[in-house]
Amino acid sequence: MPSSPHMSRREFVAIVTAAAGTVMGALIGIPAIGYLITPALQKVAADVWIPVGPTANYPVGTPTLFNFNRTKVNGWEKTVNSYGVFVIQHEDGSFLALSNKCTHLSCRVNWKTDSSAYICPCHDAYFDINGQIIKGPQPRPLDAYETKIEADILYIHFVGS
Amino acid sequence: MFQKTFDWLDERLGLKTIYATVLDRKVPKVNWWFTLGSASLFLFLLQGITGIMLTIYYVPSPDHAYDSIQYIMTSVSYGWLIRGIHHWGASLMVLIVFFHMLRTFYFGAYKYPREFTWVTGVFLLLLTLGMGFTGYLLPWNQRAYWATTVATSIAGTVPFIGNFINQVLRGGVDLSAVTLARFFSVHIWWFPAMIAGLIGVHLYMVIRLGISSVPKEED
Repeated sequence: MPSSPHMSRREFVAIVTAAAGTVMGALIGIPAIGYLITPALQKVAADVWIPVGPTANYPVGTPTLFNFNRTKVNGWEKTVNSYGVFVIQHEDGSFLALSNKCTHLSCRVNWKTDSSAYICPCHDAYFDINGQIIKGPQPRPLDAYETKIEADILYIHFVGS
Repeated sequence: MFQKTFDWLDERLGLKTIYATVLDRKVPKVNWWFTLGSASLFLFLLQGITGIMLTIYYVPSPDHAYDSIQYIMTSVSYGWLIRGIHHWGASLMVLIVFFHMLRTFYFGAYKYPREFTWVTGVFLLLLTLGMGFTGYLLPWNQRAYWATTVATSIAGTVPFIGNFINQVLRGGVDLSAVTLARFFSVHIWWFPAMIAGLIGVHLYMVIRLGISSVPKEED
């Protein structure tokens, strides 16, 4: 074959084959990989402000329990989890929202007015009105939610999954 | 480099011999109807791959079957595509395998010495239909449920042993989780394994005996 400045037929076929193969590989590969990794790309974490009612619902100095449910979706399964939060209005008008989940083994604590403490029924963990440890096996104070007030409605910042 | 690697492998695996025997074998001058067998094989592999992909999310239980398919169709990227290929490929495979049988019949390709190739082909056709039958229940929607109810009832009309056959198919008196589980098992393990094995025998004979030519006037 005489030498030519242009690419040979053989080179041209090789390039076209490689290009067509790449396109076909991508057409098959991208859907296949996307299909397999979808669950890893879906957002499951929640970051929401949950309204817990008018501020007037919460008397000064008395922890008041508010219950709410959150639905968690895994694939096609929905799980409803219930949460409890003790809301305390301080005398200066500030609010404190404490999770009622004991930091020991996640039992639900109750506010006992006569002891002035949240008491866990499982292992006698005692927390004071602001959630600090009085006595018991718990490793840390009760978890607090961030709060904000908009138009006289109290909101708590729920971050979780 | 590539050539050296290939030669090393070829010396040990006989790749060139496989290529020459399987793909470079002599064939008579034939027409497009003779491609239906390859098309059937391609569809079997396509159904196998998409089916394996579907089992990533599908759960064969009355509690989850329908919802897991809804999840595949609406939430998983390209889930609609993979299930769509499996769904339409199933119908196409039955059609193509059937046309493959018609071609073999009308061209007289089942005659000596290829009778046994035909016999394995008959079982492959029946197994393909069996795949359609068992796969149809898996979406666990109304159509699937009642189609299987009717079909297993038809099997129940066989004299004397009909009731027994019906209960073997259903895994009990009624359609239940047991039915779904055994249809799933048969659909993804038993029948595919049998089909793959029979395709091996079928292709071995096609390669060993060669393919028949198009019948001529004097035949």
